[in-house]
Amino acid sequence: MIRPGDLVRPLSPAGVWLGALVLLVLLLLPYWGGSYVMTVATTVFYLALVGQSWNLMLGFAGLLSIGHALFVGIGAYTSAYLFTAIGLPPVIGVLPAIALAVLMGLLMGYLGFRFAIGGVYFALLTIAFAELVRIVIDHVSWLGATEGFFLQVSEADRHGIDLVNLRGAPEMYYYLIMALALGALVLCRYLLRSRLGYYWQAIRDDESAAEALGVDVLRYKMYAVAISSGMAGVAGVFYAFYQNSLFPEIVFNIERSIEATLGSIVGGVGTLFGPIFGTFILTPLGEIVTEAIDLLKHWHVIDPETKLDGLKLLVWSFIVVLIVLFKPNGLWPWVCEKLRLIRPGEER
Amino acid sequence: MDFWTLANAVTSGLLIGLVYGLSALGLSVIFGVIRIVNFAHGEIMVMGMFFALLMFRWLGLDPLLSVPLAAALLFAFGYVLQLFVVSRVSHLPEHMQFLLLAAIAIMIVSALLMIFGPDAQGVQVGYAWDSFAVGELLIDYPKMFAAIASVIVAALLLAFFKYTMTGKAIRACADNRTGAQVVGLNVGRLYALTFGVGAACLGAAGAIILLLFEVHPYLAPGYTLLAFVIVIIGGLGSLFGALVAGILIGVSEALAALLFQPSMKSAFSFALLIFVLLLRPQGLLGKAIR
Repeated sequence: MIRPGDLVRPLSPAGVWLGALVLLVLLLLPYWGGSYVMTVATTVFYLALVGQSWNLMLGFAGLLSIGHALFVGIGAYTSAYLFTAIGLPPVIGVLPAIALAVLMGLLMGYLGFRFAIGGVYFALLTIAFAELVRIVIDHVSWLGATEGFFLQVSEADRHGIDLVNLRGAPEMYYYLIMALALGALVLCRYLLRSRLGYYWQAIRDDESAAEALGVDVLRYKMYAVAISSGMAGVAGVFYAFYQNSLFPEIVFNIERSIEATLGSIVGGVGTLFGPIFGTFILTPLGEIVTEAIDLLKHWHVIDPETKLDGLKLLVWSFIVVLIVLFKPNGLWPWVCEKLRLIRPGEER
Repeated sequence: MDFWTLANAVTSGLLIGLVYGLSALGLSVIFGVIRIVNFAHGEIMVMGMFFALLMFRWLGLDPLLSVPLAAALLFAFGYVLQLFVVSRVSHLPEHMQFLLLAAIAIMIVSALLMIFGPDAQGVQVGYAWDSFAVGELLIDYPKMFAAIASVIVAALLLAFFKYTMTGKAIRACADNRTGAQVVGLNVGRLYALTFGVGAACLGAAGAIILLLFEVHPYLAPGYTLLAFVIVIIGGLGSLFGALVAGILIGVSEALAALLFQPSMKSAFSFALLIFVLLLRPQGLLGKAIR
């Protein structure tokens, strides 16, 4: 079973103190952060949730997905449609959303694994499915097609707390996505130390050897895809009710899928805290780059009139390249080692 | 729907498919030898398109005449990229290589966006609207010239791999890297050469396709996906397969646009891809590599 202590046990005393401090700062963030900080922080936790879902497939079970936007999108569209069409509140709508996302994952996984499509081929299969669903929704008029699907929000909705209908102040969304991301962390920690988790790691490290030892490879890979797509589906429900507008071009864009992978890869694939740590580095980094550019324009180091639309992404992706080249195992294991945050032999 | 409407759509799809095939060759060459999926494929191709655009604007050069120049420029780009950057991740797991190339792709798009802006831009050649008729079959000159140019470049590439010593050495690296090293081939340099040749293909394809379509930076991911689809259908690493599958996708897109809606055309390509992955994961002309 999952106990609160499970997340604390791997940490060294230094790790416990630092973790508690970070958690305290994050819990109190709404009291001193402005709306801008809240938006960034909410995005960070949202991406951390999607990233953990993606990390579960690649990092735990060795299945590379570059189509994770698919599961997020299915969750988002399902809950948003059910809310608009029959007034089903998202707190219940999350169940069919998860179900559909898992179903999609199982279909993709079954087709892929049944025919032993591995590695790069499986990754491209995930892209193909995401693109196919995007184009189909582009043509489904009752889902808004290319015009987009919108959820009604009144001014009164922007205050208070209504967790049943996911309507309320920005702080509510922040605490909710924080709880979801931390919940996913607890789940991942539990899975990683469960029998299932050890099967996954065996499959990841050497599929043939695992099969020879009697691990039902197909079944456990399917479990990995199912749990991962379900988590992404939950993230999708949050996305729908946080953004209130869904466009196939944006929701299913391959950039969303790449975004889902970035935090985990930068943090460290297969690590427990890596996806969260990675998004905490990358998303604010992107914002800092934007601020820095604005500052340089303000000081007239750069001509304020120049259009620098691409500069932020340019700098940001350059930093990603540097991380891949110089810290290919991710930043989290390196930080752990330097700061001695984790007890020896424990899960990072 | 009468026969000639269909025949016109198929011919047009076939001609464009040859250009797609050339672009996919670039991906196939790189994967076949270096075993790296070039996620910056479309971005490199769009660089070729913008280069041809500049040549047209500055020198009034027909895009077809910039083909050798674009190929040479992107050869150098690919060579340097492989030698100094990509070679450093060859020992890393697939997802790290994917991330590196995806990040390079984002860098290229951002840089192009800063230089050229987000708007679609194209060239206007003298023969843009000319065509000739065979029976009731109308063939556009730009499409026909683009197809012929693509076939020439593709033939040169195949000849390079088949007949030159360097081409043979590259194939040796693809067959057995260790063996190639043992007989004294400079694998690092040959890999750089291969990436260069692959990128040169993209430069040529980009210059050629500028004759048919307008260019903007966000075009790139679409071309990447298209090339993936073609290369998997044809068989990753099979050069001839890439050409055949390019034609197949060109025709299927044209038919989908004619029989359903133009916006549905890539859905058919992706559906085709899923079928091929399920029935023949090594691709139509690929060797089983499982």
